Formats: sequence, structure tokens, C-alpha cells
Amino acid sequence: MTIAIDPIITILPPLAVIPFIVFFGERRKNLREASIIIAACILFAVNFSLYQQFLDGALLQSQKFTFFNGLTLFLKGEPIGIIFGLLASFLWIVTTVYSIGYMRGHNEAHQTRFYICFAIAIACVMAAAYSGNLLTLFVAYEAITLSTYPLVTHSGNAKAKRAGRIYIGVLMGGSIFLLMPAIIVTWWLTGTTDFIAGGVFNSISISPLLVTLLLCLMVFGTGKAALMPFHSWLPNAMVAPTPVSALLHAVAVVKTGVFLIIKIVVYIFGFDLIAQTNAAEILLYFAAGTILLSSFIALKKDNLKARLAYSTIGQLAYIVLAALIANVRAIEGAALHIVSHAFGKITLFFCAGAIMVASHKTLVSELAGLGRKMPYTFTAFLIAAISIIGLPPLIGVLSKFVIIEGIIDSQYDWLIIVLILSSLLNIAYLLPIPFMAFFKEPQSIEAADSTSQSVIEEAPTACLIAICITTAGCLILFFQIEPIVHLLSLIETTSTTGVGG
Amino acid sequence: MLFNNHFSVLLIVLPLMAAPICVILRNPKASWLVALISNLIIVLLSLSLLSHVLNGNVVRYELGGWAAPTGIEYYIDGINAVLISIVSIISLVTLIYSKQSIRKEIATPRHYLFYAGWLLCLTGLLGILITGDAFNVFVFLEISSLSMYMLIALGSERRQALVASFRYLILGSIGASFILLGIGFLYAATGTLNMSDIAERLPLVNNSRTVIVGFSFITIGLFIKTAMFPVFSWLPNAYQFAPSAVSAFLAGTATKVSLYIFLRFFYHIFGTDYSFGNLLLGDVLLPLAVIGFFVMSVVAIFQTDIRRVLAYSSIAQIGYIFAAISMATEQGLTAGIIHIINHAFIKTALFISVGCILYRYGTANINQLNGIIKTMPWTCAAFIVAGFSLIGVPLTAGFVSKWYLVSAAIDSGWWLIAVMILTSSLMAIIYIGRIVEVFCFKTGDATNSLKVKEAPFSMLLPLWFLIIVSVYTGINGDVVVDMAKFSATQLLDSLPSLSNSIGNPL
Repeated sequence: MTIAIDPIITILPPLAVIPFIVFFGERRKNLREASIIIAACILFAVNFSLYQQFLDGALLQSQKFTFFNGLTLFLKGEPIGIIFGLLASFLWIVTTVYSIGYMRGHNEAHQTRFYICFAIAIACVMAAAYSGNLLTLFVAYEAITLSTYPLVTHSGNAKAKRAGRIYIGVLMGGSIFLLMPAIIVTWWLTGTTDFIAGGVFNSISISPLLVTLLLCLMVFGTGKAALMPFHSWLPNAMVAPTPVSALLHAVAVVKTGVFLIIKIVVYIFGFDLIAQTNAAEILLYFAAGTILLSSFIALKKDNLKARLAYSTIGQLAYIVLAALIANVRAIEGAALHIVSHAFGKITLFFCAGAIMVASHKTLVSELAGLGRKMPYTFTAFLIAAISIIGLPPLIGVLSKFVIIEGIIDSQYDWLIIVLILSSLLNIAYLLPIPFMAFFKEPQSIEAADSTSQSVIEEAPTACLIAICITTAGCLILFFQIEPIVHLLSLIETTSTTGVGG
Repeated sequence: MLFNNHFSVLLIVLPLMAAPICVILRNPKASWLVALISNLIIVLLSLSLLSHVLNGNVVRYELGGWAAPTGIEYYIDGINAVLISIVSIISLVTLIYSKQSIRKEIATPRHYLFYAGWLLCLTGLLGILITGDAFNVFVFLEISSLSMYMLIALGSERRQALVASFRYLILGSIGASFILLGIGFLYAATGTLNMSDIAERLPLVNNSRTVIVGFSFITIGLFIKTAMFPVFSWLPNAYQFAPSAVSAFLAGTATKVSLYIFLRFFYHIFGTDYSFGNLLLGDVLLPLAVIGFFVMSVVAIFQTDIRRVLAYSSIAQIGYIFAAISMATEQGLTAGIIHIINHAFIKTALFISVGCILYRYGTANINQLNGIIKTMPWTCAAFIVAGFSLIGVPLTAGFVSKWYLVSAAIDSGWWLIAVMILTSSLMAIIYIGRIVEVFCFKTGDATNSLKVKEAPFSMLLPLWFLIIVSVYTGINGDVVVDMAKFSATQLLDSLPSLSNSIGNPL
């Protein structure tokens, strides 16, 4: 007999901590942040136990909540979602530790509001990770957009306002204008939005053109996946405090986007349908174009966070590309890349934030010589950059390797060239940063400048702890990847009996 | 639930009697109390009526014991039972709100007149909804309109309010006269005024010019009354300059009731096949509706007064509803009715929250309200939630509406219309987002706002009641959807004939 567990328990810890945050407020900062860390740890523990229960064969499914007219909302655990849940909850702990250092070091205002919105966003991410049907995922997706809006506009100045406008415009506009009609059409055609292994279109005949159209609507409508030309919100969202950029705009929010795309490929369309109709081909060009273009743009960006943002756009396109190739290997690669990029990119953002707190520098060209003052930070930056580029012994190489395997299994061999080219570009825009910091002498220092230079010290301890954890993650996961791969092998990709009837 | 056939007539008699009592009392507090209590009873009666009707009954009540078609008959099925409940609930809610708000907007000696007018207006609206007699519709329409002109004229910006009221009076009277003429033609052709009776006799004279002319008159008249594009010009001014309680009441009910007349006449009396099949009403309706919601959403973006933004948005919403109605399918009709219900609550909530802001700041100009979320968090939060609902964010009532509208359009094969509806939603993001942005961010000149407090509890309570309703119907959408489906199937069936129809009444 299988045990049934309700994944709704993953949504509760982040919501339960909100009263504590409000209660402690600005006056008792330590208690406030302690309560968040405790909640984050509980959340991770819950996710971990769900993972173990899943391996033991338990059914992770919630009650179906009737929405209207036969539409339902419910949660259901499956391998990719579990990985995403584990990842987001683990990184929430680390990010909270980091936030303590960053927010205090930077003297940010409205910290209570910041932590509340952050917790709500995490709760929504959990709902997305464990969503049982497309409608639930869509609802969670919109909730994430809305709950992160106050974080993007945190500083409240004109620039943040403008960024917020683009953020809401692209993300919500895209999802309402493109994603929602695609969901409605899917529901209208099949009478369901549930995620079913092998896809929901099996029982009906559907023209290839319509499949292509639906897939395009969904992929482009998922603005969070930042596929060009729907990427402009991400660089703009970098006005947010760095912990937000790190966890939300390198991990949680953007990964919800690509997660949605993986889910629809596996559980709504199914590999067979995509292979038969060739629906994904046009999108592959977009993804490949995004990978290369974003790298070129990243090369030219002098602002560190902007460069990282464009790098994120490129890396997200890897995942979209792998998902759209739509075979077992490529999907595994996509899911692995979610993990590997998360650890790599969050480290890079943490470092960027640490540099900003310690030296108030935001431009790449200003970093010369900083490496000696902040050795830990820049070493971590170097390691994470190597992971993103995809060199051993770091996790980045594994996911890239699996994606390439997936490409070889498919008919789109030319994509390998894109990936290799992109790796070279990654080297070109990431590695100069630490090298410059370590080896280049600071340029013509004026008297005033030199005094300010000498003040610069290593980043706050809380920041360093967080950076060390995620950097270690990049290394450890390289050697301990087996559990994740095993979990991914449990993805049901073909329809089992009783489906499609 | 307790139900008695006489409840239906009580719904009319009660407010009609309470209105003169208010005038006799001449005391603001006492007349408010009279209005409140009578309204509360009306809500209870209407809910009992609703549950009775939703059980599958149709209420037919002969006024004064005179058998139809000689006498006037009250006819209540799904659609009007639903709307009667909504109108009475919204009236009650805005009445509670009005007590505080009119203190600043209307001179105290006129308060009793305000309540008397309010009750008459309510009488008229309920009367339109409840009656099964075509001429009676016109009578009640005039009662509600006349009292509404008076209510609008009470607005605090005297001069503009009077002009707005006068403009509404001119256009409203033209609309009403057209409706009257149309009904006259129908009477000439069929020799009866009872709706069921007309419906029964129309097929015999369908192709006569009299009927077609009557049909056209009623169509145009109702276009004006519902503020359909392009005959909407009375609405923005009326909504902007009326006392805020009246705007809220008006926005939730007046156009919705006119929409009801539309549904009743063209689906029931003329019959779906005749209106949409023979006379191609859909072909007229659809382009106007689409242009309407599209253009009006664009216009809403460029308004500086929040009340005007909401007013233009209202016209746009009417466009959605008409687009859905013009599909003449069960899906479309259901979508239309769902949106009528949801929008009634949403728009009332929005106008009440603007009213709260007006109460404290004395302006609804978007340029003078920077960062007011600091001082009025509850009001702004309510506005934001209702705004989300207008956009159609999931888990709000608006999402259910949008979902149904789009899927009904797709179901009819009208892909382009679905795209247009979604495009117009994007504009809703802009015009609501613009206001929300102003509420949330300061731009320096916030010195005068430090003394301002949150709106009084008696204004927030009705506001949040409406918000909770609209969120609840968004989460548990079946409540509204089931009612709408029920009403839609009834509307698509032909009107049941009079059981005791006795020859020619002439």
C-alpha cells in the first residue's frame, strides 16, 4: 500500500514565518532573521522528507480543489518538481544568511517588507514546484510575479519604478496575452490541464500547425524563461537588492519559467507529439539565437550585475533548448542544468553583492586589484565562473555534457556547435573578471582614491559563509550527482495504461 | 429557506413606501436608518427568492390579483433573481458606505432627499428586474432614471454635477423614449404587453415592418441606456461628478439592469433565432462591442482622474459583455452573465475605494496622490485587489470572467475576438498599473499627506466586504458560474407561455 502525502506542507513554512517577521519587525532584527532561517531549514527538511518518501514509492498528491466549471487546482510531486523544490528551499537558507550580511551592510530600508515579500515568493515557488496541473502552475506563476514586484521596486526611485513597469509588463503581459490563451485552448481541446505522462493530446487528432502555435504561445508566454525577445525584464530587474537578484532572478523566478517549459514538454505535449509534428524546431532557433546573442551582449556590459543577468539569459536558453529537444536525455540535462546553473549563478551574484557592499563598486572595469583585498570572494567567483563555463571538476560540466548527449540523440546535431561556441563566449565574459581583480594593478590612483581603496576589506562574514556554501555546492555536487540522476530516471515520459481514454 | 409568493411584490412596495417616509422624517440619521432597514429586508427577501428560483422554480405573480395579460405580471427566473440579489446587496453595501461619505459631499439639509431618491432609484431598478410586463419595464426605467438624475445632481462639484446630470437626462430620456416607442410598436403588432404573451404572438407577425421597427427602436434605446459604444457620452461625467456613493451604486447596477432588459428582450421575447439568426443583431453588436472595449481601454489609459479611468473601464467592460452576448451561444451567454455579476462587485469596490480617497484627500486626481498607500493602506490594498480582478489575475473574480470570455470566443471559432479581448486586458494592466504605481511610490511632495488618516471603519467595512466577495467568487468560481449557466440555459429556452392566456385582451 502506498502512503499519500499532501505536498501542501511545503507551502506552509514560508507563510507561517510571516507573522513572526511582522511581530519582530525592525526592532529585533536578530530574532526576525533567526525565525526566517528556522523556517527555511524546516522547509528544506520537509522537501527532503518528501523526496525520500517519493523514493519509497509514496504518492505525493493533494486534494483536488474545484476551481470552476470542472477546472481544478491541486499539487502533485514528481521528480523534476522535487528537485526544484529541494533546490529552492536549500538556497533560501543560504540566501537568508547572505541577506543578513548584505541588507545590514548596505543599510537597506524596509527590510521587514523585503523579508515578507521574499517569504511569499518562496511559498509561491513551492506551489509552482509541486503543481499538479498547468492551471495551478499558472496561478503560482502569476503569484510569483506579483509578490516579487515590491522586491524589484524596493528602492522606490525612478529607475526601480521603470524596472517594475517593465517587469510587470513583460511577465504579466506575456502570461495573460500568450500563456493563458494557450492554456484555455488546451483545456478546450482536451478538457484537462493535468500533467499526464506522455501528454494530454493523445486522445485527439490535432494539426501540427496548432501544436506549433500552442508550443510557441506557451514558451514565449513564459516570460520568466527570458527567451529573446522577451528577456528585457531580467537585466532591468537587477535594480533589486542583490539577494533578490541572486535567489529570485538567478534561481527561483527564472527557474519557474524554464520549469514550466520542461513540464509542458514532458507532461502536456509529450515527446512523441513534438517529434511527430516538429513543433519545436522554430523555437530551437530562437533558443540558439538567445544563447549566442546574450553572450555577445554580456561581453559588452560593464556593469557586473548586468553582465551576470545576460549570462543568466543565455544559460536559461540552454535549458529551454534542452527541453525543446524533447528526448529523455535532454530533459535530464535540462533538469540538471537547473541545479548546476543555480549553484553557479547564485554564487556569482553573491560575490557581486559582496563586492558592492565592501567596495561600493558595480562596474567590471573598476575591479582591478580588488582580488587581493577580497581574496575569498574572488576565489569563489572564479570557481563559480568555471562551473558556469563547464569545466571539471565542477557541476557545470555534467549538465552541459548531458545536454550534449541529448542533442546527439536528436536530429539537431548543429546545436552542438552553438553550445561549444557559447562555452567559449562564457570564458570570454566571465574569466576576465577574477583575473583582472587578481592580476591587474589598480589604475592611476589619486590621493583621495587611495584612502578609500585602503578601507576596502573582505565582505561581511554572513555573506562569506553563504558564498562558501554555494561554492562548495558546485564542487560537492560534481561528485555526488548520483541521487539527482537517479531521481530524474524516475520521470515518466510515456503514457501508462489508462491515459488518454 | 422561507419563501412566499408575495415576497416579489414586497421587493417593490417596501422601498417605494420607505421613500416618502424619509421625506416626512426630514432627519438625516432617521432617514438613513429607514433606508438601511428597508434595504436589509429587501436583501433577505431577494436571497430567499434567489434560492427558490435556483431550485428550478419560476415565480409568476399576478399584481393585485389581476390575471395576465390583462393585469401586470411579475415574472422571475434565473437571470433576474440573480440580478435582483446583486442590486439589493450592492445597494445595501453602498448605503452603509454613503452615511459617512455624503457628510462631506452633500449639505446636511439635503440628506433626507438623498436617501429618498436612493430608495426610489432602488425601486425602479428592482421593478425593471422583476416585472414581466413590457410597458412596466419602461415605467420602472423612468422611475430609476429620474431619481438617478437627481442623485447625480447632488454631487459636491455643483456646476459639473448639474451639467453631468443634465447630459444624462437628455440622453437617458432619448433612450427611454426609444424604448417606449419600440414597446409601442410591439404592442401595435401583437396587441399585448405581457412579455410571455408577446413572445408567443411575435412569430405570427415576425416579418411585419412594425415588429422590425420596434426591434430597432428598442435596440438603440438600450444601447444608450447601457452606455454602449458609441453612445456612452453620458457615463464618464455622470460617474465622475456624482456623489461617490452614487457612482459606486450606479457603476454596479444601472448599466447591468439595462443589460438585463437587453437579454430579456432579445433572447426571450424576440427569441434567439429571430434576433441573432434573422435580424443579425450579433453582426451589429459585435463590431461595436469590440471597438468599444478596445477604444475605451485605450482612452482609460490617458485619464488623470481615477473616477474617469474607472468610468471608461466600465464602458470597456460593457463591451466585453456585449461581445459575449452577441455570440448567442450558451457559452457566450454564460460568459456575459458571469461578467455582469463579477464586474458589478468589482467596479463598486473600486468606486468605493476611490470614494474613501476622496473623503480623506478631497481629490481623485492621479497626480496628487503619490505614495498614499502609507497613509491609507487598507483602502489602497482594496483598490489593488479589485484592480487585479479587473485585469483578470488568477484567484480573483476577473480571472473567471476572462477565462470564460476567451474560451467562449474560441468555442465560437472567433479567434480574433479572443485576441482582442486579451489585448484589451493588457491595457487594463496599464491603466490599473499606472494608478497602483502612483499609490505606492512617493515623489517628494508628500508633506501635506502626513496628517491624513485611514478612511473610517464604516467606509472600509463595505469596501472589504465587496473585496472578499470578489476574491471568494474568484477562488470558488462555481458559485457564480453555476448561477450564470442556469440563467443562460433558461434564457436560451423560449419563454414559457401564460398558462391562463385568454384570447385577445383588447
